[in-house]
Amino acid sequence: MASRLTTFGNDLYTGKRSFNFVGGRRKWYAIAIALIVVVIAIPLVRGVNFSIEFRGGSQFQIANVADAQTEPAIDAVHSVVSDTEVKVAIVGESGVRVQTDQLEPAQSLEVSKALAEAYDVPVSEVTSTFIGPSWGADVTRQAIVGLIAFVLLSALVMALYFRTWKMSLAAIIALIGDLIVTLGIYVSVGFEISPAAMIGVLTILSYSLYDTVVVFDKIRENTAADGEESRRTFAESVNLAVNQTLVRSINTSVVAALPVAAILFIGAGALGADTLRDISLALLIGILVGTWSTVFIAAPLYSQLREREPKIRRHGDKVLKERARAAGSTAPAPEVAAV
Amino acid sequence: MAAPSKRSSRPTPVRKAWRSLSWLGVIIVGLFAINAAGVIWGDASWTPKLALDLEGGTEIVLAPQLEDGQTASQEQLDQAVSIIRQRVDASGVAEPEINTEGGNVVVRIPGELDDETRQRIQSSAKLELRPVLLASGVTSDAAISTEAPEEELSSTPTVQPTDGSDPNWVTPALQQQFDTFDCSTLADADANVAPAAEPLVTCDATGSIKYLLGPVEVSGENIVDATNGMVQTSTGGNTGQWSVNIVFDETGTKAFTQVSTRLFGLKDQAPRDQFAFVLDGAVLSAPSMNAVISDGRPQITGNFDQASSKALADQLKFGALPISFTVESSNTISPTLGSSQLQAGLIAGIIGLILVVIYTIFQYRALASVTIASLIIAGIITYLMLTILSWREGYRLSLAGIAGVIVAIGFTADSFIVYFERVRDELRDGRPLVGAVEAGWKRALRTVLASKGVNLLAAVVLFILAVGSVKGFAYTLGLTTIIDVVIVILFTHPMLQLLAQTRFFSSGHSWSGLDPNALGAVYRGRAEFRKPTAVPAKKAAGSAKEAQKRQTIAERKAAAVGAGTDEGKES
Repeated sequence: MASRLTTFGNDLYTGKRSFNFVGGRRKWYAIAIALIVVVIAIPLVRGVNFSIEFRGGSQFQIANVADAQTEPAIDAVHSVVSDTEVKVAIVGESGVRVQTDQLEPAQSLEVSKALAEAYDVPVSEVTSTFIGPSWGADVTRQAIVGLIAFVLLSALVMALYFRTWKMSLAAIIALIGDLIVTLGIYVSVGFEISPAAMIGVLTILSYSLYDTVVVFDKIRENTAADGEESRRTFAESVNLAVNQTLVRSINTSVVAALPVAAILFIGAGALGADTLRDISLALLIGILVGTWSTVFIAAPLYSQLREREPKIRRHGDKVLKERARAAGSTAPAPEVAAV
Repeated sequence: MAAPSKRSSRPTPVRKAWRSLSWLGVIIVGLFAINAAGVIWGDASWTPKLALDLEGGTEIVLAPQLEDGQTASQEQLDQAVSIIRQRVDASGVAEPEINTEGGNVVVRIPGELDDETRQRIQSSAKLELRPVLLASGVTSDAAISTEAPEEELSSTPTVQPTDGSDPNWVTPALQQQFDTFDCSTLADADANVAPAAEPLVTCDATGSIKYLLGPVEVSGENIVDATNGMVQTSTGGNTGQWSVNIVFDETGTKAFTQVSTRLFGLKDQAPRDQFAFVLDGAVLSAPSMNAVISDGRPQITGNFDQASSKALADQLKFGALPISFTVESSNTISPTLGSSQLQAGLIAGIIGLILVVIYTIFQYRALASVTIASLIIAGIITYLMLTILSWREGYRLSLAGIAGVIVAIGFTADSFIVYFERVRDELRDGRPLVGAVEAGWKRALRTVLASKGVNLLAAVVLFILAVGSVKGFAYTLGLTTIIDVVIVILFTHPMLQLLAQTRFFSSGHSWSGLDPNALGAVYRGRAEFRKPTAVPAKKAAGSAKEAQKRQTIAERKAAAVGAGTDEGKES
């Protein structure tokens, strides 16, 4: 009574069934590079939407409106400030969102009152946000500083833990690819870049590396256990390790993605839960991309970095020679049907 | 090693398991007790405090206004924070949060904010001391010339002024600005600002006197202290007069000595013997100089009573922000919106949890119960930690924090997945369940610790370097990572150790999620497995390219034991 994935896991573990992640690396790199080019090109053509936090401006949200129409909002804003551009959106069932150019704090208060009157709600139901133009720049600078610090530190920690800088390098390259692709897809979908989206993207840092460390740990274990006596080449050892952890990779990405997907769908419908929506979209993309890149980019890249080492090359040659001899011998090993 | 039957002497894994579980119990009870004590004797509660985006309230970010290339020192920011705090406290707002974040001052006020308090917070309140050049009482029917001037008036002094009281400051253009200035426009932004080295046209706070003031001579930050008190006679008796007593620091003392000398010399040329304290561009008080004051301790007297002298002293003392601030962002969230965001976050979290539970049941059968129980325990500890932290450390749960917790569900579940998969790998290698659990755990723990270390590193870096909502997110992410490791060590693994003793699991029931049969291990009749052989399975495992001539692990094991009858061919 084994579930299909369990049987699949058994076959992957024994090597009865095996995906050639390491061998097909040229293909995967090509796909990754194509993807990066596409997700950079789309925003360049279509432009990038920044949220109000980055543009600067004023935003008002009115909750619990009996009759959500856009006209009263425009009239209300113009009654206070005559010459500003007004963008109005209806959010959910009973919410109205109004965005204007940057207003003076005093004008903001006036507009809040006018909007409350226009929609017949108490002023306490009006949420107002006023954001200066430099705020977004400040937060972005902090985020970039954090990102660089994290990448350097984690590269160091991984190099110490795995006792080889090549694993560190492979993981970091995959990580940078993840960031570009995640951000690129996010922008291509047409979502605004907001502080919440930035949180999501920064979390991807941690998820992507986390996932890579789990798989690399298995690779380290396999290649160390194989040693000189192994009947496998280094690349094959790496590949087997990736295959043996594949079920875990699939399970983990599903389990991590499920709650995030829940936030995405709930957050999309609720007023003002933009924070949730933006974080969850960035995360959902990042989890899928991060899991993919570990298996298809980081592991093959690590193998490629190590294969040229003289010791590993000598061992690989020996294995292939023995294999060729065995293939010519008259005593074949018991056959196992290849899948 | 056959499946252990019930024996009186408990095997060590079981004893270890119970020890771990006891520790976990101690931790949970301890946290619960700490919080209970806080509720009974302190001001703790059973729910974490909420941040503004969930509770409703106003957040104002004040950015220092500086010349290009200058930065505000931490000392200046801290000073500004304490001054703004005094202002907010004076208006009786409950639980204001005022602190510095990334070079800005952030003020968070829960609940509704009245306009007066908002003004008080936002007033950049820079105190300047300027000499008076011209002053006039403003009458309600002030004749303001509406005719446009015939020609462009010169705005540069014909003669370079020699000092702050030099009438040469008053250019025709300035004179006209002074003549046409309307005190009712005082509250407008930019109506009464001028660079420190330039004259300023303004009014007093009540709008009854118009002033034309010279350049700044002493800055408000040179005031160390300002108090109010009764004026004493030389014999120590009371005159019944209230005064405001100022104490300058060294810089202020020097400057004030010069100014007082000059202004005292202008005694017969009122109003040029007056000296104006300008707060936020409005004149607080403009006393005339009655003596040369060289000790840096001037005393202002006039028709004060106790209240008005106290008010002026406070304004002089607290009004002196070291730097000017502008409102960089102001964000008011209605309580309704806050609670709807909280609801959305909680619903999303619960739905996410249910989905995870369904998936793990599908994948791990009975083992899913361990996962679910672990998640529940992790949830309880996280909740208790958040309430304790919000009581002791002023932590507030924000929307970003909720997102952090929801994301953590995935990370937490992953540590179980890594562990279970490792145990399954050991079972595939033909180990009996008890041994598989121990061996799988050794390897899984290493992986879990390494990967959680990366997570914690990310959380710490983000927390230290980030601002605002990113901080809240990083905080919960780091907290849940630590709790996650604790749970896996003290709950998930011990539970599995105990379950390994039960018939249901050790007999490899098909619904146990650890059915060796399903996992392709060699099976020899009921609940009996082959002893693990000395040959490490790793050496035996094959790879893709050898598929044709490679044996399955099961076959190798069978060969090693030499029991030719039950060669476990996989189908």
